[in-house]
Amino acid sequence: MKNSYKIKHTIAVQVPMLLILLLFAMTACETEETQTVTTLTKLVMSDEFDTEGAPNPSLWNYNIGRGPNGDGWGNQELQFYTDRTENVKVDNGFLLITAREESFEGASYTSARLTTQGLFEQAYGRFEARIRLPYGKGIWPAFWLLGNDCDQNIWPQCGEIDVMEYLGDSPTVVFGSVHGPGYSAGEAETKEYELTGDRFDTGFHVFGIEWSPEYINYYVDGDLYNQITPEDVAGEWVFDHPFYIILNVAVGGTFPGSPNDETTFPQTMLVDYVRVYENNLTD
Amino acid sequence: MKNRKQRNGKTILSVLVFMILLGCERDLSDEAEFATFSTTGDVFTDLPVGLGSNFYFPFLGSKATAFSVDENTAYEGQASIRIDVPNANDPNGNFAGAIFRIDGSGRNLTGFDALTFWAKASQGVNIGEIGFGQDFGENKFQVTRTNVSLGTQWAKYVIPIPDASKLIEEKGMLWYAAGTNDTGGFGYTFWLDEVRFENLGTIAQAQPSILNGEDVEQDAFIDIPITLTGLTQTFNSGSGENITVIAKPSYFDFQSTNVDVARSNELGVVSVVGTGQATITATLANVAAAGSLALDVAGTFDFAPTPPARDAGDVISVFSDAYNNVPVDYYNGFFTDGFQTTEGGAPPIDVNGDMIINYTLLNFVGIGTFNDVAPLNLTDMTHLHVDIKVNEAVDADDFIRLQLLNSVGNNETSGSVTIDSSTLVANQWVSLDIPLADFADLGDRSQIGLLFFISDGTIADIFVDNIYYYK
Repeated sequence: MKNSYKIKHTIAVQVPMLLILLLFAMTACETEETQTVTTLTKLVMSDEFDTEGAPNPSLWNYNIGRGPNGDGWGNQELQFYTDRTENVKVDNGFLLITAREESFEGASYTSARLTTQGLFEQAYGRFEARIRLPYGKGIWPAFWLLGNDCDQNIWPQCGEIDVMEYLGDSPTVVFGSVHGPGYSAGEAETKEYELTGDRFDTGFHVFGIEWSPEYINYYVDGDLYNQITPEDVAGEWVFDHPFYIILNVAVGGTFPGSPNDETTFPQTMLVDYVRVYENNLTD
Repeated sequence: MKNRKQRNGKTILSVLVFMILLGCERDLSDEAEFATFSTTGDVFTDLPVGLGSNFYFPFLGSKATAFSVDENTAYEGQASIRIDVPNANDPNGNFAGAIFRIDGSGRNLTGFDALTFWAKASQGVNIGEIGFGQDFGENKFQVTRTNVSLGTQWAKYVIPIPDASKLIEEKGMLWYAAGTNDTGGFGYTFWLDEVRFENLGTIAQAQPSILNGEDVEQDAFIDIPITLTGLTQTFNSGSGENITVIAKPSYFDFQSTNVDVARSNELGVVSVVGTGQATITATLANVAAAGSLALDVAGTFDFAPTPPARDAGDVISVFSDAYNNVPVDYYNGFFTDGFQTTEGGAPPIDVNGDMIINYTLLNFVGIGTFNDVAPLNLTDMTHLHVDIKVNEAVDADDFIRLQLLNSVGNNETSGSVTIDSSTLVANQWVSLDIPLADFADLGDRSQIGLLFFISDGTIADIFVDNIYYYK
């Protein structure tokens, strides 16, 4: 939280929806010589989820099961991830990731976790997705990036950028975080973004980051709400290598807590699109 | 308050002008009328807002002076609504409760999604009921949130509107009922402030239900209507908390799988109009409600024969809609000796206003008149009348034994008469008129305290009606 957004650090981006911010930055920060203007307009990857059925196999892998150690992906999560259509499919122009309450392979819930590992990995750029979130205690969806070197450099050394995390019992709040050596899990560098007069499970919202060597900016819809720089993190900056994308809906675990009587199932995260733009400056 | 009246005056004036316009302009649409109702959300800020001068109507039996405007306590501004809940033994009313109804035209609340207020109490306490939409008229769109937990510090409370599109002219802005069941009969004070209808934008994920979400199956009878109960609307609030309110039937739209068998009106009263099967379901603002009522209608209800008119002095009636009944301790004693299995009779069933006792799992059951009521003095009576309908097949060994006990527990005597299977008829009413002299060994019948129905399990399900003694 110490990292609250400072206007003098504003990095304007030439994106239509951020035009107001751009204008604001130009007028407010004209004298700042340190500001860097990135041009994150070159689309290098997008999935609009327009083809019905299974997600595009040239772009999406699946993490199956309960994690490499069978411990709920290190978080005591309760779901068993599958690639069944009950848990993941493209329908009506959306990617649907659905958490269900059912006995499956010893778990009480099923869901899905898609990754672009080995299929799309990139350092820097703009990563964004338009998502309608599910709701309810114990529901923990995320749109996040993981360093592609976690096999060699054990997490959190390989780095994690959480573009959007959300807990289903706080339907007006999302948060963006980075995890690295010395600042992971409960010590991650993180900030909340709260909607006023609206909630994340009743309509679509755009969640994104602008990522350059000097910073990671977090935005929701048109609001840039946080910037994390190498000076902000309590350890080594480990965000200068390719990362891949993960979309998932977890159920339960130490962080969100278990679903309760009021949690209804199934719960579905709808993804309208995932788009990645290149950071031209790093070419 | 002065300003308020002026505003009301203007509203009335504009309505009049509008009516005049309506009279000469033919192409004004009906919808234009709604615009004349105030869309103000505020109900109480530092004063009641737009409620007019005569807006507070206490419930019958409540303490009429419970409400005041407290100018020393406020969440915001200078004053709040103060409710002093009386002690349970207060001779001027043993609870506090009232409606706040607009003295004038209703409001258009279609632009809001909740009634909100800040509240605290002199001690932590559950307020029994707080809501809106009660106007002492039809109360068609009444909403109730029950057991609202107030602490001693100000907190904001939300009462969601089940479907705001229904509230085009609402006068019931606020109502409450608060007693002392939770506080050992001792009174307390609570305050409400900044009471207003709001469009929070965070009220979502509706989960309406009827019949408390249960899928109920039951027999029904032509011309015997059934009132749907357990109607609620649940929303998830911005804090992630589910909030459930009781919603009147008029918020719902009811459907029937067969309107020639059964259909519900907007008041949640299901009319049964034909034989067959029908399932009643509901939606609220196009969201399907949990719960359903599946009815199996075989025909009309078979009532017991109506007893003849008799002089009041010739009858001592225990259970009949034809006569004035004497008080009884119970229609089912539920004797806890471990042998009684009988259910039913507590209370009797109400078939469109006609009361009937339905004993099920019958082995024996007693109707008591000796604990808290006067025993029956049948000395002058000559007969016991009872109508019995066996709701199952009657086998040769089946029986129902009627037993009378006099002076229960004190030189007790008893006598019995057994109705055997040749008298009982399956699924038909049998009217019995039994001379009291037939209850051999009873002797004195001046202090009758118990009437038993005993089947020893040979007959499990019976209707009983018109139990009376006469001469």
